[in-house]
Amino acid sequence: MHSLGYRTNALLTFAVTVLALMCGMASLSDNLNFPSPSAQVKVLNINWFKKQPNANDQVSMTLNISADLQSLFTWNTKQVFVFLAAEYETPKNSLNQISLWDAIIPSKEHAKFWIHTSNKYRFIDQGSNLRGKEYNLTMHWHVMPKTGKMFADKIVMPGHRLPEEYR
Amino acid sequence: MGWVADTLHSVTSIQLRELFNHFISLGLIVTSALVIWKVLICVSGCQSPVVVVISASMEPGFGRGDILFLHTSKDPIRAGDIVVYNIDGKDIPIVHRVIEVRERQNTEEAYILTKGDNNPSDDRVMYNPGQKWLQEHHIMGRAVGFLPYVGWVTIIMTDIPVLKYILIGALGLLVLTMKE
Repeated sequence: MHSLGYRTNALLTFAVTVLALMCGMASLSDNLNFPSPSAQVKVLNINWFKKQPNANDQVSMTLNISADLQSLFTWNTKQVFVFLAAEYETPKNSLNQISLWDAIIPSKEHAKFWIHTSNKYRFIDQGSNLRGKEYNLTMHWHVMPKTGKMFADKIVMPGHRLPEEYR
Repeated sequence: MGWVADTLHSVTSIQLRELFNHFISLGLIVTSALVIWKVLICVSGCQSPVVVVISASMEPGFGRGDILFLHTSKDPIRAGDIVVYNIDGKDIPIVHRVIEVRERQNTEEAYILTKGDNNPSDDRVMYNPGQKWLQEHHIMGRAVGFLPYVGWVTIIMTDIPVLKYILIGALGLLVLTMKE
């Protein structure tokens, strides 16, 4: 009844139960945080804009991204993954979603930032539909927790337009 | 001599009863584990609702030994989602993030490109030769929850298979010999 094995078992079971409960509570407490993040993106320059030999349009641009994501961080937040995607429609595809830039924000201190960059991933169309194309830039973020449920949201910035001619 | 036989009989019947009790409790443990697993499959809609991260390609978000809970839903896959996919002919599922989606106008077929957060380039090098995109049938599920370190148990057990048998044997022995 009160053997070593029995006590170890009881202690282990109790420890695991408490740990599981604490993980669950930490994850649930994330729901009490109502974040109010903000982001602005400016396309400063179209560096070049051309048709590849295989007839797909490709564009390189310089972006100015500023964001304040500090309110996303809670005590259960391990990191925030943030990325900027271009989204547009073509006759071929009802949705084209291309990640242009991304970053990992490891802590709240780094969550208010300002960056001047060209697109990190290639902005290529499947076809040559990009001349004069209107597109959305969308700032997405994924909150990765220390434990529990993951959260994601976005800010859509519509009304960007690519130039009418290659350059 | 009647009382000797009686005593012997009572002793063996008690032991038999105890033995049955032990087997029933062992069976209960096994079946409840099975029930939990099957319920998870039903709730998540995935064939394998829990995966263990085995590579460092999603560091520092997910490290080796962390556990991800998957979910399959009707919602289309979008850029940013962390998906688990299986390349045809390879049996190790991979957990990476979607960075590009092309959805066809009429068929609504989606073509998906993935990348590990910690990898310098996208996953085309890991797909089959000539394969440029993932499609819906490659995707096993979308990661929705995260639990750190718990997966080390399974990693250690697959690395050292003997340990698995020792553990199962020890647990079985413990259940069978434990006094009420």
